[in-house]
Amino acid sequence: MRFWNKSLLLAGLLLFGLSQLVAAETVMDLTKSLSVKSYSKKSVIIQKIAQTGDPQATVILQSLLDGSLFLTKDAGLPVLAAKLGKEYALSDPFTGVDLGQVRKRALKKIRINNKVRGILKASIARLNLSHPNPRHRIKAAKLLFKNLDKALLAPLQQLVEAENEGAVKEAFETTNAALILLHGDTIDARLKAVERLKAAGGPDVRALLSSMDRKLQAKASSDEQSEKLQLVVQSALKSVERQLENYGLIESLFQGISLSSVLLLAAIGLAITFGVMGVINMAHGEMVMIGAYTTYVIQEICRTSFPGFFDYSLILAIPMAFIVSGICGVIIERSVIRFLYGRPLETLLATWGISLLLQQLVRTIFGATNKEVGSPEWLSGAWEVTAGLSFTYNRIAIIFFALFVLAGLMLVLKKTLFGLQMRAVTQNRQMARSMGIKSARIDAMTFGLGSGVAGMAGVALSQVDNVSPNLGQAYIIDSFMVVVFGGVGNLWGTLVGASSLGIVNKFLEPYSGAVLAKIFVLVAIILFIQKRPRGLFALKGRSVEG
Amino acid sequence: MKNKNNKALGPFFSLITDLPGGGKAFMGILLAVALYTVIGNTLIPESSFAHVPTYMVTLMGKYLCYALLALSVDLIWGYCGILSLGHGAFFSLGGYAMGMYLMRQIGDRGVYGNPELPDFMVFLNWQELPWYWSGFDNFFVAALMVMLVPGLLAFVFGWFAFRSRVTGVYFSIITQAMTYALLLAFFRNDMGFGGNNGLTDFKDLLGFDLRSDGMRLGLFVGSAVAVALGYLICAFITRSKFGRVLIAIRDAESRTRFTGYRVEFYKLSVFVISAVLAGIAGAFYVPQVGIINPSEFSPANSIEVVIWVAVGGRGTLWGAVLGAVLVNWGKSYFTGAFPEAWLYLLGGLFVCTTLFLPKGIVGTVPEWWAKIKLRLGRFKPDLIQTGKGDM
Repeated sequence: MRFWNKSLLLAGLLLFGLSQLVAAETVMDLTKSLSVKSYSKKSVIIQKIAQTGDPQATVILQSLLDGSLFLTKDAGLPVLAAKLGKEYALSDPFTGVDLGQVRKRALKKIRINNKVRGILKASIARLNLSHPNPRHRIKAAKLLFKNLDKALLAPLQQLVEAENEGAVKEAFETTNAALILLHGDTIDARLKAVERLKAAGGPDVRALLSSMDRKLQAKASSDEQSEKLQLVVQSALKSVERQLENYGLIESLFQGISLSSVLLLAAIGLAITFGVMGVINMAHGEMVMIGAYTTYVIQEICRTSFPGFFDYSLILAIPMAFIVSGICGVIIERSVIRFLYGRPLETLLATWGISLLLQQLVRTIFGATNKEVGSPEWLSGAWEVTAGLSFTYNRIAIIFFALFVLAGLMLVLKKTLFGLQMRAVTQNRQMARSMGIKSARIDAMTFGLGSGVAGMAGVALSQVDNVSPNLGQAYIIDSFMVVVFGGVGNLWGTLVGASSLGIVNKFLEPYSGAVLAKIFVLVAIILFIQKRPRGLFALKGRSVEG
Repeated sequence: MKNKNNKALGPFFSLITDLPGGGKAFMGILLAVALYTVIGNTLIPESSFAHVPTYMVTLMGKYLCYALLALSVDLIWGYCGILSLGHGAFFSLGGYAMGMYLMRQIGDRGVYGNPELPDFMVFLNWQELPWYWSGFDNFFVAALMVMLVPGLLAFVFGWFAFRSRVTGVYFSIITQAMTYALLLAFFRNDMGFGGNNGLTDFKDLLGFDLRSDGMRLGLFVGSAVAVALGYLICAFITRSKFGRVLIAIRDAESRTRFTGYRVEFYKLSVFVISAVLAGIAGAFYVPQVGIINPSEFSPANSIEVVIWVAVGGRGTLWGAVLGAVLVNWGKSYFTGAFPEAWLYLLGGLFVCTTLFLPKGIVGTVPEWWAKIKLRLGRFKPDLIQTGKGDM
């Protein structure tokens, strides 16, 4: 018994090795025969290579696609070549063994054209369909969707049945349905495939269905079956289009909310200082810019000194930006603004001057060019909800961050002594002073708080915009509009102002273009302020005229 | 105030002769500078150090346009307390109106040689002139538009704003939004104003070559006359009863309203007049610099105008002119000699002027002078005059 077992094992091993050998030989032979000139013959060979199902076939095809596969001129052996100075470093595509260096003359490149490239991609995808990594399998299935070949029909059917992983199976089924719709022979199967595609949805399905619809219409001979199919395809197309349209709306909404959150972050500090001191701080945008540059500096320090910490540098940047910008704000208030109380127009001019100074200062220190602030690993990429609908992580994070900042400020305003004093000064400065509130101190702290919040906005903006000395300028007018629209002394006003501005802007964009949308919004606000000169959520009472 | 001897000279001369001392001095200086420039450019030979080269003539012409713009801002800010951060828009609109006329004057001498369409329209494949370009081949229509377009915009904008009592920083912010919206609009190619390249490559004005020395001198003289007339108009307005009401509005708006004056009417009128002046300044500016593009609408430009006025002294007309010339001379010098330093200086100017020179040079220097005199001669305190109230 034992002997038999052993010998069986041995035979199995032998067989396995032999099969490997045979496969390698065929891939090798096929690769050698790629030296033919005709592209159509090359395509046939490529398909044959793919059909071997050999793992090495993937390597060969991929290197062929990359343009690194060569044949030696003397022996016609396939080699991988990488340019190394004047010579080419060769390696064996099957084993990876180094084969030394040769001149270019000794090599012959296997040329491919676009058509061959397409076939190559599809073949690689087909090979990847049986890749051990499920992610690769899904990707391969999606890639195949764009390159539907009749030859795939049978193998994919088998793969679908063999697949266990839920998500992979779904992707396979969708691609399979597309194949059936295009190349299937029974009408029932094709109808079912349409249903399956309709459920899957997405822009690829729309493209497929609409091309199918056109094909069916072009067909002159219309029997009952194809008429039925056409009807089903059309209704599926409509439903997919409607779904995509809805996705488009959701996407606009998301974009709008994302813009709103950016505006909210930029405007909220402005609203606080304006509410308390009646001063428009023209240097507010520069506080945002300083926050963004703080992020840059912290990230650079992390990059050079603590590379392992890089992914968390953004989190460290948030309090740092708050502190740096906040200190800047307090310095500005103590050195300039406090001398200009009761003269809001002069304050406006002085803060504009400060903004010029700060911009030029940053330009002198960091240079006028844009600085790159990287996204950490956990913020890159997108959350794909379904086919045709995805949200990028950094925008989602900014939305939550803005809400978090808003909530934090609400807490400070409503639940702390400082907040109480601040609200008192906002409502009636004289009365607050009579009650023993040191209004000058409140002013300085308010200015610091507003500037610090602007600095945190800078951290967020560094993720979606260029970090340059002009960063603040780009947002300052929009922030003013938010404050003027929302009214002062009330954070809800700022929230409503920011979100309506952002969302309206993004919803207008598809119809009128970005620039016109912005102009419309500006004109609308100019008209709106005629109706309510003090904004949506205006303070009422005695303090208003002051 | 009125001098009886001058009544015979007609209302125009009485405008000049009625000016207070400072105003007369200003007119005198303006006349002297203009005369010297003309003589220095034409009669004095180039070898002499007293010769005024043509580029200098154009530069001074440019400063005079800025001076007129500063006058228009001073009229509303210094005398009526309206801080407009959008006066660059009126200036640019006047400039565009003049630019459109100059574009039509090019005729078929453009790169594409199309007799009807300006180059940029041919480039954009437009087939015919948009309706709003018609009539601009006539100088008088264009000149009318130079005043009408900014005036109309100011009227509509001001009517909405003043009627609903938008005041203070709110007004400043929405005027800034207005010029920003126009900036974005003029950047668009579809607007038919040349997109971000604007209007340029001008050839001639009223048949005279724009690049000839004579034409440049002529434009300079024209600008000087415009400043002189603008100054006279502003001086007349501010010293009339109308002007007194404006000052009352500036100092106590509610009180003026309760006294029975229709504040909106006064504000709107002076806003429109000021916008027209700004438009005229723009119209003189464009042929001298040879280009008008949307960046003139940028909010930063409008704020810069305000600082000219603040440096010179708001509420004094010749202070505004002085500030415009001084700041722009400094800008020309520093952007050439120390380009890095200019923005620091400008920023510092904004801060220091508001902190230390709230009345500007014209308002503050006499005060300092008075203080110095007080220290020097303590025994004559009755001679001290603070704030002469010159215009």
